[in-house]
Amino acid sequence: MPKLASDWMIPVLLLGSVSLPLTAAADNDTPSGSETDGSSSEELPGKITDPDVIAPPGARTSFSGAPAEWTNFVKDSKPFAFSLIDRLEYGESDEEDTYVWDAQGWIGGDIHKFWWKTEGEGSVDGGSPESTELQALYNHTVSPFWGVQAGVRYDIHPDPETGYAVLGAQGLAPYWFESDLSVYLSEDGDLSFRGEFEYELLFTQRLILQPRLEINASADEVPELGLGSGLNNTEAGLRLRYEIRREFSPYIGVRWEQRYGDTKDIAEREGEPSSATSVVIGLRAWY
Amino acid sequence: MIQDEIDRRRLLQALGGAGMLAGLEALLPAYARTRDSAHPADAAAQVPGGTPGDVTMDIHVRRQTIDIAGGRASAITLNHSLPGPLVELWEGYNARLRVHNHLDESTSIHWHGILLPFTMDGVPGIAFPGIDPGDTFEVNFPIRQYGSYWYHSHTGVQEQLGQYGPLVIHPKSHEDHIPADREYVVVLSDWTFEDPHRVMAKLKKMSDYYNFNARTIEDFAEDASETGWGATLRDRLAWGSMRMTPRDIADVTGHTYTYLMNGMHPGTNWTGLFKPGERVRLRVINASAMSYFNVRIPGLPMTVVATDGQNVEPVETDEFQIGVAERFDVIVQPKADSAYTLMAESMDRSGYARGTLAPHPGMSAAVPPLRERPERTMVDMGMAMIDMDMDSAEMGAMGHANEGGMGKSGMQHDGHDMGAMQHGDHAMPDKASQGDHAMMGSAGPIVARHGPDRHGPGNISVAEVQRDRLAERGTGLQDVPHRVLTYSQLRNTKPMADRREPSHTVELHLTGNMERYMWSFDGVKYTDADSPIDFPYGERVRLILVNDTMMEHPIHLHGMFMELENDQGEHLPFKDTISVLAGSRVSLLVTANEPGRWAFHCHFLYHMDMGMFRVVRVLPTDNEGERDA
Repeated sequence: MPKLASDWMIPVLLLGSVSLPLTAAADNDTPSGSETDGSSSEELPGKITDPDVIAPPGARTSFSGAPAEWTNFVKDSKPFAFSLIDRLEYGESDEEDTYVWDAQGWIGGDIHKFWWKTEGEGSVDGGSPESTELQALYNHTVSPFWGVQAGVRYDIHPDPETGYAVLGAQGLAPYWFESDLSVYLSEDGDLSFRGEFEYELLFTQRLILQPRLEINASADEVPELGLGSGLNNTEAGLRLRYEIRREFSPYIGVRWEQRYGDTKDIAEREGEPSSATSVVIGLRAWY
Repeated sequence: MIQDEIDRRRLLQALGGAGMLAGLEALLPAYARTRDSAHPADAAAQVPGGTPGDVTMDIHVRRQTIDIAGGRASAITLNHSLPGPLVELWEGYNARLRVHNHLDESTSIHWHGILLPFTMDGVPGIAFPGIDPGDTFEVNFPIRQYGSYWYHSHTGVQEQLGQYGPLVIHPKSHEDHIPADREYVVVLSDWTFEDPHRVMAKLKKMSDYYNFNARTIEDFAEDASETGWGATLRDRLAWGSMRMTPRDIADVTGHTYTYLMNGMHPGTNWTGLFKPGERVRLRVINASAMSYFNVRIPGLPMTVVATDGQNVEPVETDEFQIGVAERFDVIVQPKADSAYTLMAESMDRSGYARGTLAPHPGMSAAVPPLRERPERTMVDMGMAMIDMDMDSAEMGAMGHANEGGMGKSGMQHDGHDMGAMQHGDHAMPDKASQGDHAMMGSAGPIVARHGPDRHGPGNISVAEVQRDRLAERGTGLQDVPHRVLTYSQLRNTKPMADRREPSHTVELHLTGNMERYMWSFDGVKYTDADSPIDFPYGERVRLILVNDTMMEHPIHLHGMFMELENDQGEHLPFKDTISVLAGSRVSLLVTANEPGRWAFHCHFLYHMDMGMFRVVRVLPTDNEGERDA
């Protein structure tokens, strides 16, 4: 505790009498009193002027100028963690009944984040999933709405298991399109692309219609994965959710899948449909 | 000690006046127990006054389960009450305030607006290390000012949990004394039953989490029927191109908040008693974490006599907007033997705090319904008003309100400026400037333009054009059919003491990224700043604040008053907290005569915590360069 002038009520020249009608301050028109020039460490009533207290000679925290050993209480670099199950749904179509999951999340600060994603689908009739995809990415926020992402993707299904390098950009495009654009290079050197876009239309503050579009394309033909070159497939969805809470919203919707070009031909050869329409019911949740 | 005796006497006066003689323990918790209708609710809020003298006071910080906002919750109390007890001091005497930490974590009390040695300012990590659990921190300083202030935790988000209270200093000089027959503090605040850390996390993950007033398909249809499909679509595209929404008024809303007046929710109805004809002084203190309020008393004009503790020439008005941490003192003189509603609508109109001024306990007056929710405008966005390429019929059709004319008040018609917009080339008219009541809603003049720096990923947009908006009404009040206080009306009762031309200018931009809930100055958050901002000791500094965001921010400088350059000549009003309107540029003068490390920050709690914060350092030597070397 700094020592205070004991008899501060004795009229003194106060620096900066601007707002201080105390004592003799009114007589002082110039706040930059001459008594302060040089290294004034003299005590002024109610003020601490010792430079060693204001700018301590030891180690200081850069942003505060305070002694380095003091705890900073403005936790503006505190990491947060976000997890989102965007789609967890059951789909019914003429061909088969399917399940789909699509989840992602991040841990980190504003600029640097670890980002994970997983999605997959399969038949409710059993057997292993048709696709199971895992991604682990580093996200670097490069602009107010966009982060660039780089990392790895590993597909457990379909067979054969395949690893990829990932380069992507995720963010909010003008006109409120949540966007996720990724380029994948497989361990076999095959290049592919995926774009995902989501939009939200509010019927009410809680009843929300979400159109969704996913586009997959491939630079190379990958027959073992059933992929032709060029545009592979699109998946469009329309989901109507009700936010019971912001974090928890069941939905119903419809999903259209369409294969194109060689990819379509490969599928047809294997007895799979080139297109499918499913009615879906599912859950969106985040924390 | 004699002072203790005086304290006790004043306390007994308060007790006696309220008809509560049950003793100390019954009084203090009663302030917190808002549903306890056995006691007149005005007791703790009345400023008792009394004999001037030194004051010694103990403040005990505790975590307690209390009745609040119609429920029961764990809060931080000060001397068992929420808000904390009234700290009443006398200018020209000493204050000795002891803060006892009974929490299991570090805490602090900052004395908001008080001139004191900086080590007593109570900002942990900057002015002192903080108060550890079980410790006591004592401040002891001569009181060099008068007026309405408050005190609150400056540690983490403790303030949101109730750690705040009113502080009143009676003037030493007779000329500063404002006569009133009785005085009340009116502490406005926002309470949530959620964990404040959870509120913060939700905003970080979904920044519009609490906004249940987003534009819907129904709004689109309504607007389309009013203004046409094309115009409505263009309007939506214009906002969409920026990825912003005009319905973004408050980050945290009545969805989670209950708004309190002196700790009481609207249903409890805090009541201040008066005798008809009396002059009643209301010291309105906005102690909320995140909420601006619009304050009015239907049927009763208010005369504003002070702001942020400092006297201004009386201004009669019908409504004023109070930013977080600001204070306005008003005199009202109810003549009728009837009750008046003291209405404090949250700025986004998602809720309100309310109390009653009444001649007798138990009376109440009609509570006006919440008014239509306001929307942001292109003026808030810092955009030039008008694209001259657009035909005026379209422009008129694009806003909701189009009967007003354009170009009423020095607006600059600058069509070419729209090319500077970040995204797209959609030009929009300004709703405020051509509002229903063009006379009231005119936007202020453009005084500067933004440079090329867009402040990085932490900032979404910049104020391409920067307006002087001090003569404008606050958000939502542009069109109300009665008088509204503006900053331009505030005139100091005394001429300024320091008339030197500023020798230094510091310009700071208020920046943010609503989508990621990032808040900063110049796009740089606090812990990324290279150093404190140095104000040279004894010098006159001009502080320029440019609000690049689309919302107002209450910016607070500790330790020194700022004189707001509002065209009042040598009678510039003092402020310790200035609400900077969106897209505006304000200029403040500071005499850097208080040495120390002073916090400078946005007083929105969650903005501050996200790094909209700096340290202003005033060092009485010129050899700082050597020190840093």
